[in-house]
Amino acid sequence: MAALVLETRQLTKSFYDPAPFEVLKKIDLQIQQGEFVSIVGKSGCGKSTLLYLLSTMDTDYQGEIYIDNELVTGKSDASLALIRNAQIGFVFQFHYLLTEYNVVQNVMLPGMKLGKYTKDEIEFRAMEHLRTLGMHEQALKMPNQLSGGQKQRVAIARALINDPLIIMGDEPTGNLDKKNSDLVFAIFNELVQERQQTLLIVTHDPDFAARTHRIVTMEDGRIV
Amino acid sequence: MNVKLLFNIALHLLRARFKQSLVAAVGVTFGIAMFISLVSFMNGLNDLLDGLMLNRTPHVRLYNEIQPSKHQPVDFDPQYRNQTVIINSVKPKDRGKSIYNGKAIIHDLKQDKRVVDVAPKITAPVFFNSGTIEISGVVYGVDVAAEEKLFRLSDYVIAGKVADLNQSNSIIIGKGLADKMLMKIGDVVKVTTAKGNLSTFKIVGILQIGIAELDNTMSYTSLSSAQKLLGAPTNYITDIQVKLFDIQQAPALTKEFSKKYEVDGMDYQTTNSQFETGSTIRSIISYAVGIVLLIVAGFGIYNILNMMIFEKMDSIAILKATGFSGRDVQWIFIILSMIIGFTGGICGLLFGYIFTSIIDVIPFNTPALPTITTYPISFRPLFYGIGITFALTTTFIAGWFPARKAGKVDPVEIIRGK
Ligand SMILES: Nc1ncnc2c1ncn2[C@@H]1O[C@H](COP(=O)(O)OP(=O)(O)O)[C@@H](O)[C@H]1O
Ligand SMILES: [Mg+2]
Repeated sequence: MAALVLETRQLTKSFYDPAPFEVLKKIDLQIQQGEFVSIVGKSGCGKSTLLYLLSTMDTDYQGEIYIDNELVTGKSDASLALIRNAQIGFVFQFHYLLTEYNVVQNVMLPGMKLGKYTKDEIEFRAMEHLRTLGMHEQALKMPNQLSGGQKQRVAIARALINDPLIIMGDEPTGNLDKKNSDLVFAIFNELVQERQQTLLIVTHDPDFAARTHRIVTMEDGRIV
Repeated sequence: MNVKLLFNIALHLLRARFKQSLVAAVGVTFGIAMFISLVSFMNGLNDLLDGLMLNRTPHVRLYNEIQPSKHQPVDFDPQYRNQTVIINSVKPKDRGKSIYNGKAIIHDLKQDKRVVDVAPKITAPVFFNSGTIEISGVVYGVDVAAEEKLFRLSDYVIAGKVADLNQSNSIIIGKGLADKMLMKIGDVVKVTTAKGNLSTFKIVGILQIGIAELDNTMSYTSLSSAQKLLGAPTNYITDIQVKLFDIQQAPALTKEFSKKYEVDGMDYQTTNSQFETGSTIRSIISYAVGIVLLIVAGFGIYNILNMMIFEKMDSIAILKATGFSGRDVQWIFIILSMIIGFTGGICGLLFGYIFTSIIDVIPFNTPALPTITTYPISFRPLFYGIGITFALTTTFIAGWFPARKAGKVDPVEIIRGK
């Protein structure tokens, strides 16, 4: 059996505003190294909420989260930031690139933060990732000069820069047309095939989900 | 913490909001430039007035005060030893104003390592006779060389030469006095002492201190001429003026000297106490104005940073999502604020220097201050150090609060909000 990359135990999350309301109810989830997992479910069933918890950005929950077999629940803001930086790549629905930096600088930023490689090495690696994603010719453009699909590919390159343990995506194709959507899926698939990259992608696209290794279906805050 | 990276991010954010940042920096520049100009000018003024007073006032003055004897004869009678005695109509004792053994005291003081130099002086209240009118005034008998060395008498002599005082019965009179008596150099003035002695003096110079009260009454002559005028022996002096290396020691040394030589003493600080207050107030005003301007600039920075953080919520969220901690984000904005403060501050110092350099050469001629030709400016590195420290502290504080807010931004809220 492959190594566990991500595990949740009895993960429970409630909102209290406007009324007390349990969004996630005792979620137990395990994701192995090299798995391509999709999460599907009706709008409002708590998919995004789950992903924010797993990405360590939201720390207000009950239960436990393990990343790389290490308990992350209760860690300090600084150590969680380091985990996000080194182990998690995140792709949002709305690309979210820094408008002050050009494409390659955007990709480099998490690498510069981690500081494992020199600037030149990081730049080289960033260009390599952009090349794989067919974006190397746009490397010096500013984000506002790119199309939606192109921005999403840059975001994927950025997610890859620190060789993360797992890449998470919250409807990364939700805002793209069919063609770009397929392209992004192809990229994900390639990552899984060639690098044994672990992926956890929330999607509402049944086609997309059907082509992943495992589909996790959520309903009313539970996995069914 | 990767300071270089945080610095880089701060710079990029700054460039994206260049105009507002520039306005904020100009605010700091203005505050610091005003501060430097004010402080330099006010201190220049203080130094000028200090010099004026310092040049004219000894650090320690030893003299004999007219006062009643401390021990009245009745105190020596054993019969009243343990009783309370009340004496009416006590009169001051005439010890004379002469300092007993003055020459020996001067010689002794000159040996003291804390003393720069000593100058003897005779103060003689007189009447200047001009026709039928008598004008009351003062003749100072001075050791010309010592007086020149300690008090730069020649700075205030607007006509004639100080050295000419060494001729017997020559006098330098105040400008006000000369104007009143319609006298000029070469004229002869009649002087009567309080005891009725009459002498004639030849005017060899006109003096202007810049304080009307003094210029209307005072005059200088040599020690020997003054002694002759008073019919006093050649060891007669009424004041011993001492200049010290460290003016701060004046009050302590005055006590020490007056006890040792059994004379009265007056220190510089007591003589010029009201003047000190003026200096302090001028300093306080310049610092207060500088600080107020900087607080205004600080609010400017605070506003701009708040606005920038509000606009850059997405960027903050993405930084946090990709591994920057709240503390990193907080530092980014503090650095941003400090960049504004530092650039603004340095420009402020530069402009302050330019302003003061311009003021420094503007002619400022007043008959009251013959040694001054331009507006006084004090160039001191200390002011520039204080200025830049002010700028950095203000911008740090102004940046700290918005930066803390940025550090606490919840990325989930922003990302979800889209
Ligand atoms: N900050 C919040 N406060 C209160 N309720 C929230 C908040 N965020 C999300 N919710 C609710 O939690 C539920 C799950 O939201 P979400 O995880 O975004 O659903 P999904 O991504 O599956 O569409 C929704 O009913 C939503 O209204
Ligand atoms: Mg969602």
